[in-house]
Amino acid sequence: MATKAERLAGKPVQFIEEATVRFCGDSGDGMQLAGTQFTTTSALAGNDVATFPDFPAEIRAPSGTKAGVSGFQIHFSSRDIFTPGDKVDALVAMNAAALASNLADLRGGGIVIANESGFDQKNLEKAGYDTNPLEDGSLDAYRVYPVDMSRLTREAVRDLGLTTKQADRCRNFFAMGLVYWLYDRSLEPTLNHIELQFGRHPEIAQANTRALKAGYHYGETIEAITTQYHVEKANLQAGTYRNIMGNTALALGLIAAAQRSGKRLFLGAYPITPASDILHELSRHKNFGVLTFQAEDEIAALAATIGAAYGGEMAATATSGPGIALMSEALGLAVITELPMLIIDVQRGGPSTGLPTKVEQADLFQAVFGRNGECPIPVLAAKSPSDCFNIAIEAWRIAVNYMTPVLILSDSYIANGSEPWRIPEVDSLPKIAIEHPLPEDQSGPFFPYQRNERLVRPWAIPGTPGLMHRIGSLEKQDIVGSVSYDPANHQFMVETRAKKIAGIVDDIPLQEVDGPEQGKLLVLSWGGVYGECITAVRAARTAGKSVAHCHLRYLNPFPKNLEEILQSYDCILIPELNLGQLRMIIRGTYLCDAVGLNKVQGKPFTIAEIQNKIEELV
Amino acid sequence: MSRLQSPLPVLNPADFASGQEIRWCPGCGNYSILAQMKKAFVALGRLREKVVIVSGIGCSSRLPYYMNTYGFHSIHGRAPALATGLKIARSGLSVWVITGDGDGLSIGGNHLIHAIRRNLDINIVLFNNRIYGLTKGQYSPTSPLGKVTKSSPMGSIENPIHPLSIAIGCEATFVARSIDTHVKHLSMVLERAARHDGTSFIEVYQNCVVFNDGAWDYAKEQDQKADNIIELEHGKPLIFGKNRDKGIRLHGMEPEVVQLGKGIAEDDLLFHNENCPEPSLAYLLSRMRHEDGFPEPIGVFHCVEKPRYDRKINEQIEQAIQKQGVGNLEELFRSGDTWTVD
Repeated sequence: MATKAERLAGKPVQFIEEATVRFCGDSGDGMQLAGTQFTTTSALAGNDVATFPDFPAEIRAPSGTKAGVSGFQIHFSSRDIFTPGDKVDALVAMNAAALASNLADLRGGGIVIANESGFDQKNLEKAGYDTNPLEDGSLDAYRVYPVDMSRLTREAVRDLGLTTKQADRCRNFFAMGLVYWLYDRSLEPTLNHIELQFGRHPEIAQANTRALKAGYHYGETIEAITTQYHVEKANLQAGTYRNIMGNTALALGLIAAAQRSGKRLFLGAYPITPASDILHELSRHKNFGVLTFQAEDEIAALAATIGAAYGGEMAATATSGPGIALMSEALGLAVITELPMLIIDVQRGGPSTGLPTKVEQADLFQAVFGRNGECPIPVLAAKSPSDCFNIAIEAWRIAVNYMTPVLILSDSYIANGSEPWRIPEVDSLPKIAIEHPLPEDQSGPFFPYQRNERLVRPWAIPGTPGLMHRIGSLEKQDIVGSVSYDPANHQFMVETRAKKIAGIVDDIPLQEVDGPEQGKLLVLSWGGVYGECITAVRAARTAGKSVAHCHLRYLNPFPKNLEEILQSYDCILIPELNLGQLRMIIRGTYLCDAVGLNKVQGKPFTIAEIQNKIEELV
Repeated sequence: MSRLQSPLPVLNPADFASGQEIRWCPGCGNYSILAQMKKAFVALGRLREKVVIVSGIGCSSRLPYYMNTYGFHSIHGRAPALATGLKIARSGLSVWVITGDGDGLSIGGNHLIHAIRRNLDINIVLFNNRIYGLTKGQYSPTSPLGKVTKSSPMGSIENPIHPLSIAIGCEATFVARSIDTHVKHLSMVLERAARHDGTSFIEVYQNCVVFNDGAWDYAKEQDQKADNIIELEHGKPLIFGKNRDKGIRLHGMEPEVVQLGKGIAEDDLLFHNENCPEPSLAYLLSRMRHEDGFPEPIGVFHCVEKPRYDRKINEQIEQAIQKQGVGNLEELFRSGDTWTVD
């Protein structure tokens, strides 16, 4: 990397507030690795970062095709940021298909770093180009740097005895090196990563190191690139940070919740994109007493979760929309047996198999209503990658305090996206007290549906003498818990279950609003669209508009003061990555004439899209 | 602590009865199975609080309500999966799954096969009445070809499956069969299943008095059963018949019914070996059907030891702790690259 003296002697460094870079190439080109390494490096440099990996559902789609393009976007900044960025400042395109499918997101005047060998006749044809865009003038609105990465990488690793195929696999490191130079990043963290990852294969480690450095020196040397950019440290709150993805944060939150409540964690799950990483992460932490059970399907995953909950453990399952669909019947069983557990839905594009790796928020109805019978479940939604940690703990608190399954909504955008997480002190995390009835507390027979003042029934663990009882999917007699078909009892039990869940409202914080307490427009949002919404609303306020932002974490029940908030603005705008699910619930619940902004393209909102809608309304 | 020091209570079958009114049809085979289960728990010295009975949906699956143990009446077909989660969480409990031919082999077939192959220490009792009872008389996966029912007025056109063949195909470590009214035999089988270290799978021929009455008469009636069933005994030749003069001999890979005497001695017959690690003998026995002219075996077909999932999953936790130490949240949070902002 350049020392100050070299910098002075070398190319000028331009200080900028923020930048957005996207690496894209074939699924096998190592773009996710390039992205995560650049992210770690930027985070360690003290920037605020937000990332957006975007990859196809196929593991290796035919090479060179648009279907196989995998991308990773990083937004890094010297101020607080909430999104991975609307427009890209620098685009690394490893082949023609990558350029074709990503160029639309590059801002005018932006940089294209193109791997020349990925633009040969075959690649151009596969990407649908008649002529080479690197040569035909079609990219004149951008700064284009074609680089023969294949040749330069092969040269850099020449005497290491690698096959051409092996040498070509180092190309992503060359590309990284070049971008590291462009944004004045240290090579150190990535060199450490190479040592850690490839230490056992010294020739591979050596090759990657050389490719990385070759890319960096290429940037220094090549005359075509005239300027280096530098983004200063962000002014983050004091503390120790790490970069974290939503799925990892959820897994850590589950472990923390188990520890803070004195339980072993049981996760019953069936692999499904984009939730599998929760299963993977938890499987690695068995030394925390974590039991992971890979079930034969999602039905079994939830059934086993219910079994573990009945057995007195902290039980959870993690899946995506199609998995929740399979779990619907068992969710009803969890509700009628009133056992505490967490059900995590990492949403993806639907219906059916839909868009497995793309984002959508279209499971809200399924989460709130998707079961037979009157079947209320508390629903919470995480707003960002690091928020997934907190939501796991909060959901478990509600589950045990109200003896109920709790559904957590995440989505593929925040599950795979990352941001800096200020690591909490363990002692600062809430302790969750759980009481199980004991035999010595029993003066008479044990009644499984004897409720406390919050309408919550006792959680008796099988194996406890004197508390033998039967629960199940048939309606039960109030208090005693025997099977009952009595009409009045059924009405009472249905209403009691509903009241119990509605009563959670007294145990959750009042809803907060960012911005004026009353005004012309309120932007109401939930889930992973938080970053785009708050950024757009704050920008609109800076431009003098009367706009506030209200982001819901609790979707069932809604916070007590939500109605009052909704009445304090002339207009309510609800941006959602669906066709208006929260809007319909808000309209139905509060007779509130909310307006929607709805997008179902498998992509998050851009800030500009929300800004434009705000413009239109106020 | 005083509880632990006092001698174990002596229970009788009535202690295992819950107060719930039993709602099976008068004459249903389930009454007998329920009675034998209570007796078996007494004989085994099981404490009521240590027993959990998990069931799915169907007539058989109401059984947990009638036992004064812990009980979980779940949803259709999912009892093996629920029991798996429970057993992983509380491996010290005696977990029983009660299911039927529809619940276990139709809607719950997937869970049944995976529960069996994982070999947790649970006991699965499948009541086979070859009909859907609770939905009032449709054909089940074990109904014979041609069976006329409400949903097959011209006769069933589905090939039936045989529960024990399925279990053996799923690497079951304990496979047995008994009959609802053969009370002593049923008690013996239940006790042996309970003592088995791993998943035990028991098929019980059970009579549905309303929708499929007499389906098992050939195996139950005093004048027919001796010729139509064969009681398996470990290490003994397969002999049956009123006069115990018929046997099963292997002809290549095929079993055949032979008459003892006439140049055929007991030593020529097939000898039962329930501990044979290779399950082919058990499978062959499971394929002997009445309609094909064979006596149907009852008793323990197969009983072998294999690693238990519920034990292994907890062993892995101990191994992880030995290797990595007891998990520390502070360290977990700080794993990977961190940086500090002052």
